[in-house]
Amino acid sequence: MTRLEILKTYKLFIGGQFPRTESGRYYTLKNIKGSTIANICLSSRKDVRNAVQAARKAFGGWSERTAFNRGQILYRIAEMLEGRRDQFIAELQLQGIVKSKAEKEVEIAIDRIVYYAGWCDKYNQVLSSVNPVSSSHFNFSVNEPTGVVGVFAPQNTSLIGLVSLVIPVISGGNSCVILASEVLPLCAITFAEVLHSSDLPGGVVNILTGKNKELADTFSSHMDINAIVYGGDDSTSLKMIKENATSNVKRVVVQQKDWMKPDSQDLYMISDTQELKTTWHPIENIGGSSSSY
Amino acid sequence: MIDSRAIDKVGVEERVARFQTRSIKNESKLQGLKMALSMIDLTTLEGKDTPGKVKQMCYKAHHLCDMHPGLPAVAAVCVYPTMVSLAKKELEGSNVRVASVSTAFPSGQAPMDIKLMDTRFAVDHGADEIDMVISRGKFLTGEYEFVFDEIASIKEVCGKARLKVILETGELTTLDNVRKAADLAIHAGADFIKTSTGKIQPAATMQVTYTMLMAIKDYFDKTGIMIGMKPAGGISTSKLALHNLVMVKEVLGNAWLSNEWFRFGASSLANDVLMQIIKSETGAYQSPDYFSID
Repeated sequence: MTRLEILKTYKLFIGGQFPRTESGRYYTLKNIKGSTIANICLSSRKDVRNAVQAARKAFGGWSERTAFNRGQILYRIAEMLEGRRDQFIAELQLQGIVKSKAEKEVEIAIDRIVYYAGWCDKYNQVLSSVNPVSSSHFNFSVNEPTGVVGVFAPQNTSLIGLVSLVIPVISGGNSCVILASEVLPLCAITFAEVLHSSDLPGGVVNILTGKNKELADTFSSHMDINAIVYGGDDSTSLKMIKENATSNVKRVVVQQKDWMKPDSQDLYMISDTQELKTTWHPIENIGGSSSSY
Repeated sequence: MIDSRAIDKVGVEERVARFQTRSIKNESKLQGLKMALSMIDLTTLEGKDTPGKVKQMCYKAHHLCDMHPGLPAVAAVCVYPTMVSLAKKELEGSNVRVASVSTAFPSGQAPMDIKLMDTRFAVDHGADEIDMVISRGKFLTGEYEFVFDEIASIKEVCGKARLKVILETGELTTLDNVRKAADLAIHAGADFIKTSTGKIQPAATMQVTYTMLMAIKDYFDKTGIMIGMKPAGGISTSKLALHNLVMVKEVLGNAWLSNEWFRFGASSLANDVLMQIIKSETGAYQSPDYFSID
């Protein structure tokens, strides 16, 4: 007897679980030849709300982890992704990417996670400062995570764009809600399975699939999202996002790079979703030169 | 002897499940939310309560959201007896009432004369409402007359203050017991029956509230006397509050849809309702960052 193939149901990733969209809607993903690959959840405003709630709940615990521990967990994500290389390569091919390119994309993604894992317990040393002031204060600035970040993954890649945007956000102690690529959504959900098995606390990363046009308004007007990282290329959508973002002074960071290139990763992608906190600590004299540093 | 109806647990669960599937249109939802706000007993019942905390809560009670005019104030604040005079002073000139817990809240494990003194203290300091707890230990050992007499004598001390009787349903174990205790309280002179102290889980589940609403309904059908209902503990979201309002409307009718006859005992519900109201008016999901701390 021939075996019946078991196909994967692509669902959302919210609060460490895999629910379907509360709306019950879906869209059909087709390959170039026009045959159906999978039905993909078409997320609604309420899914965004639920995901933000989960992200907010997870934020405190995640941002309070030691920097070293966050680095360890990020490294673990890379380990898990390494173990699933073949699955991702096959999935990228399913979405129409040629094998050699797919292999390269997964490799770069793994290496990029390791790169940011290394930065976790180092970025604050590099980005912080001791500031000279003309009074008897020890004045210093440190980086703190912005909070809940909304991430619009680039449309033209399935895995590498999403990884490149999300990993620096969480390495800096933020939690996030991601809207996956509408046209290439498969790897986003499979990447959620990687996160799920990586000691990353549930809710730190939440992944939705659906229409950018439909949800951009909800994301950008949501008062409990503190920053938006926009990796898309729709200028009308971006304009609206920027306008809505003024309601609670969200940071809007636009990231459009060729994510396959090695120089598309850097420390400043972490500082993009950090807030600088400056402390004035009253003190008499430090050092030889009276009060200033 | 009061004859209490036996409870069909499966039937209760099915009926309760149906209250949660009503589709409420936006306009009705907004009205429901405002109604829920006006029914809240803003509560602080902690060992660590300070005059400062009570003052702040009283301010919140009648200034729920200054940036948003036209919202109702909450029904009452609920505090310990020692805080009554302070709350009374803070709320002078507003129509927010002051409710005080009494009878050795939350355990109720104290001699009768202390419970009476506790209540008298609160009433003398100006409490408009008294939230008493029943002796669950006595109830569970079958000393119903003790519990009945206890409620009746507290009611006597209350004078003009309205009496809410807390059954602490989380400790009564079965819905049959809840019904029996509700009937007992109603017959002994309760003006309101209330589910829980908020210190025990589970607190105000919809099953328990439904059972108590049915006791109120049966009593009303028999005597024509209205008794109020106050679910307390665990109702922290607007959605749950709306489900409760649907249930009250469908079980008891419109007459109970006012803060004279229905209350929510809650501390974090108010902010969630405010956030929902502003969400439904602006379309943007709100953040607790922009609302007062509970």
